Amino acid sequence: MTTATSALGTRFARGGALLRAREVGIGVVLVLVFGVTTLHNHDFATANSVQQLLSGAALIAMLSVGETLVIVTRNVDLSVGSIVGLSAYIVGDLFKDHPGTPVILGFVVGIAVGAVIGAVNGFITAALRVPSLVVTLAMLYIIRGVDGLIVNGVIITSSSVPNAFIAIGFRTIAGIPWLAIIAFAVVVIVAYAMRSFRSGRDLYAIGSNPEAAALAGVPVARRVFTAFVISGSLAGLAGALFLALHAEVDVTGGTGYELLVVAAVVVGGVAIFGGSGTVVGAALGALLLNTINQALVASRVSAFWNEAIAGALLLLAIAFDRWLSLRVARGLRSAEGAHRDL
Amino acid sequence: MTSEPAIEAPRKREYTGSDTTRRAVWRRALRWETGLVVVLIATLIFGTARSSDFLNTTTGFYIGLNMGEIAIMALPLTLIVITGEIDLSVASMLGLSGAVMGQLHSEGWSIGLAIVAALVVGALGGALNGVLVARLGLPSIAVTIGTLTLFRGLAEIVLGARTITDFPASLTNIGVVPVPGTQLSYSTVIFGVLAIIFGVVLHATRAGRAIVATGLAPEAAQFAGIRVNRVKFGLFVLSGVMCALAGILFTLKNASVSYDAGTGLELNVVAIVLFGGVSIFGGRGTVIGVVLSVIIFGTLQQVLTQMQVQPEVQNIIIGGLLLVSVVLPNGAEAVRRLRARLRTGPHLARAPRSQRPARAISPSDSSLITEEKK
Repeated sequence: MTTATSALGTRFARGGALLRAREVGIGVVLVLVFGVTTLHNHDFATANSVQQLLSGAALIAMLSVGETLVIVTRNVDLSVGSIVGLSAYIVGDLFKDHPGTPVILGFVVGIAVGAVIGAVNGFITAALRVPSLVVTLAMLYIIRGVDGLIVNGVIITSSSVPNAFIAIGFRTIAGIPWLAIIAFAVVVIVAYAMRSFRSGRDLYAIGSNPEAAALAGVPVARRVFTAFVISGSLAGLAGALFLALHAEVDVTGGTGYELLVVAAVVVGGVAIFGGSGTVVGAALGALLLNTINQALVASRVSAFWNEAIAGALLLLAIAFDRWLSLRVARGLRSAEGAHRDL
Repeated sequence: MTSEPAIEAPRKREYTGSDTTRRAVWRRALRWETGLVVVLIATLIFGTARSSDFLNTTTGFYIGLNMGEIAIMALPLTLIVITGEIDLSVASMLGLSGAVMGQLHSEGWSIGLAIVAALVVGALGGALNGVLVARLGLPSIAVTIGTLTLFRGLAEIVLGARTITDFPASLTNIGVVPVPGTQLSYSTVIFGVLAIIFGVVLHATRAGRAIVATGLAPEAAQFAGIRVNRVKFGLFVLSGVMCALAGILFTLKNASVSYDAGTGLELNVVAIVLFGGVSIFGGRGTVIGVVLSVIIFGTLQQVLTQMQVQPEVQNIIIGGLLLVSVVLPNGAEAVRRLRARLRTGPHLARAPRSQRPARAISPSDSSLITEEKK
């Protein structure tokens, strides 16, 4: 910051440092969980185990990125899990019915499925001004229904998916799984756009104060629509990757992901009422949740305890987040005087 | 204002202008419920047309049996949504209370004590939600996703992979026989009584007005002497107890319980409440609307099942109904908005790209408001 000496600059620096600490905080917890688990079970730190960890987190991380865009605008997308299931099955069906289909077309179709559903979500939410929670909940039912009709009891098995496609699910480059690389690329691109593009900043403005954003000339409806389309597209991409990772898919693919993704986003420090949070945080949140799950398994904690511990940690994360943001607000207020209502 | 994630530009609350008169409120409420009645009659006619003996008491018994627990959980959720909060942990609490009851009974507790224990667990779980939301001020959607996982996990710890089935036959009968002297299932009768109590409390008592006021304008309610946080805390505890009751009925009805009982039902409950005309932004909704919504969902499900429509199609229809129910009123408003914009001329419309300000938000403002990493 060049203006570090001015009051404005101080505010910038302080807010920046505190909020950088947010992602750093998740990172520290991540390292702690990883370290402690490794002490208990040395196999946890092997390349194979870490690769599994990254591949598993990659899908949720990708979904969390899309969900972040939507939540930052003060909306929510509950349809992502069902999009994953539908997209995975449609891509699998494509490979089954047309064995010669190029791998890339599988991804194109997956993303297209997600984009179309995202566009429907976005249109109804933005143009008709219907609460997104209701819209995407309804879409969840509809998509699951359509999925069930298409599946009709027929499971896609690895024999009908091309080997080159399945390879994406387990192959690695320099020891890093393909899935993790793809997720990382998505995170970097979207993080850059959210930080530096005007459209990205618009999303934060909308979430902070929709009316003010509209008055300031932000095309609110269009931005919200775009956020939903991107969220849907990423969910579609995640669906194709789901097929690659598991090599088979039935009607239950992606069930319950929606709440998992919202949990990851919240743990990652994205405010559920919009206006703040980063995709990097959300992706780290996804990685942390997955690491904790795997750590419980590796520590030979009875599998029956996993879910309760995950829930308790989620609550802790939310409470911690609140405490942190209160501190930030207090810090800003005392630095600036109380004349500004945060 | 702690409401659910709102649409991009929350439109003004329904009651802010001249619409605060009681007549306007009633007119608005009646209109939604009238629509529900029409849908219900249409469903019944449709069902009868498909099969002439659709409208008999057996159908009523099975609808009640299928919907009872969901309906009971929908009542407290209605009040919670009216205060502008949400409870997604309802189905997990159903599972947890059933698990606790089953486990204690299998350890030799009398069934009566086990039921009481299950209700206490419900109250404690609700109190946890309440403390986190009302005292600590955390967003209820995030908190109850957390407790959704937590309660289900606790049920898993309690029961593990076991399924408990040894319940006294005198009680598991509620899944087979109607209440003596009627043709209604026990859960239907319990729901009916509770619905009347909830309806009277919400629409005809100070407590009910406090709930609506809390949802309409929390700060104004606070200044008017309503203990907003206490109202919310009480409702979450109430929700916990009601879900525990639903869990007990659900367990006895099925005469068995495993840790995953009722998984995913929370979305059904939310869908029913919203379809009943309760605004997700809080401050608006009636118990009668939710009761109608319950009956419509139950009847529709029964009709479709009797027609041997696949469950997938039933899902599509339920989702479609939910979507239509929110799109219709908002769609009409969207058209009105468009008309108004056309009438008032282009100056109210969005300026063309070239005329928009070069930068919408100054960097300092956005950094402050968004608390975003710079």
